[in-house]
Amino acid sequence: MRGRSTGSRAVARIVVAPVGEIPAGGRKLVEAEGKRIVVFNLGGEFYALSDRCPHQGGSLCAGLVSGHVESREPGVYHYARRGEMIRCPWHYWEFDIRTGKSWFDPKRVQVRQFPAQVTTGAALVEGPYVAETFPVKVEDDYVVVDA
Amino acid sequence: MFSRFRPIDCDLHPMVPGMRALTPYMDEFWRDQVEERGITTLDTQSWPVRSPKTIREDWRSEDGRGAATVGLLQAQSLDRLGTDLGILNPLYGVQLVFNEDMAAAFTRALNDWTRAEWLDRDPRLRASIVLPLQSIEASVAEIERLAPDPRFVQVLVLVMGEMPLGRRQYWPILEACVRHGLPLGIHAGSAYRHPQTSVGWTSYYLEEYAANQQAFQSTLASLLTEGAFSKFPDLRVVLLESGVTWLPSFLWRLQKTWKGVRFEVPWVDRLPTEIVRDQVRLTVQPLDAPEDGAIVQRVMDQLRSDALLLWASDWPHWQYDGDAAMPPGIPESLWPKLMRDNPLATYGRLREGVVA
Repeated sequence: MRGRSTGSRAVARIVVAPVGEIPAGGRKLVEAEGKRIVVFNLGGEFYALSDRCPHQGGSLCAGLVSGHVESREPGVYHYARRGEMIRCPWHYWEFDIRTGKSWFDPKRVQVRQFPAQVTTGAALVEGPYVAETFPVKVEDDYVVVDA
Repeated sequence: MFSRFRPIDCDLHPMVPGMRALTPYMDEFWRDQVEERGITTLDTQSWPVRSPKTIREDWRSEDGRGAATVGLLQAQSLDRLGTDLGILNPLYGVQLVFNEDMAAAFTRALNDWTRAEWLDRDPRLRASIVLPLQSIEASVAEIERLAPDPRFVQVLVLVMGEMPLGRRQYWPILEACVRHGLPLGIHAGSAYRHPQTSVGWTSYYLEEYAANQQAFQSTLASLLTEGAFSKFPDLRVVLLESGVTWLPSFLWRLQKTWKGVRFEVPWVDRLPTEIVRDQVRLTVQPLDAPEDGAIVQRVMDQLRSDALLLWASDWPHWQYDGDAAMPPGIPESLWPKLMRDNPLATYGRLREGVVA
């Protein structure tokens, strides 16, 4: 399930799952390199965040996914970006899945984000990454996270 | 005493000696109603006349009352303390009347009494427009009636009224405040529409006076969550006789919770503490702090601003002895701000024709 980069960077490339295993709107929790990482599928784009809320450590994977509401004046609700905000189940702090930033204090309060992408099985098999326990098929696509 | 600071006293309480003082300012119908019904006084239990707190002992007249004339104010406060400008906040119980028309008539009479018997008799005086909050229309009309007189620098309501003050039904009043450059002054006290605490009626004056602090917290939360501050960014709210030291801990809880449920009030689109810092001011009598300057300084640090606090003597309420009208512990380096700069910044109408 894990591969280690052959380069000098201390970054592990984690093969999370075959693409089809995380449907649009879905999420998957992976544990690797001592980290818990939650991977989200937003309409075919994958984003990976630390599963640890920066507030008190709640598991974001267990949180509610919702949209973002703003208001230009009291009583007026502008609701957009459905499915793109994750709320920690403990105190409901909301974070942008695309950036990991909190809405209320985006500079100081954010969840650690990890690069996520889709890679072909062929690249994984042939490339500098070695899947240890995960059966990678050349003909499939995989979600990969650098952590 | 403080004259070198040219201080502005933001909370002075002229006390109406009785209903007959107000009848000259009523039309014939209400004047006769007062007599025929035998309405002698609107003194309320929010400030029981004989309570030590209501009138400082050495400021009481022979009849046990006080604060009835401008002469007493001059002798006991303005001249002694060297006050440059003082804002009158009459606390007669017009808010307790249930009949809307009677409330409007009595409140108009109260405001006209303040104008004729206080403002006209000392150029240092300014006043708040007491609102007949029993009717929103009548309140707006009272603002419109008196706003042309620049000596009215604020509107005045009680912290415990019919509904939380942020409720949107009240917004025509807030709109009128902003239009005329009048801060909304909210003073301790109840109209007795509800128990003075959220857990029920109190048995003792002591409970009630202390409970004002809870009411200020709930009122501040209402103004914030309903979006009154967001809708009216130019609105200034002044908390009068509210105490001060409760504010940081209350805002801590409010802001912490807001981080999780801000989606229900999306118009609160920045940190509540920042909104309060921009739009809310508090008078410092009482401060509700020990006399230890280091402890007071910690509260100041928690407020993260030296612009929030306004000096007030709270005359004739017994908040201090002698001439020690600045709460102990507030460093003298802050006195110019509290006594002059902050009131001038808060009350736009005070700045007109006044040397900063």
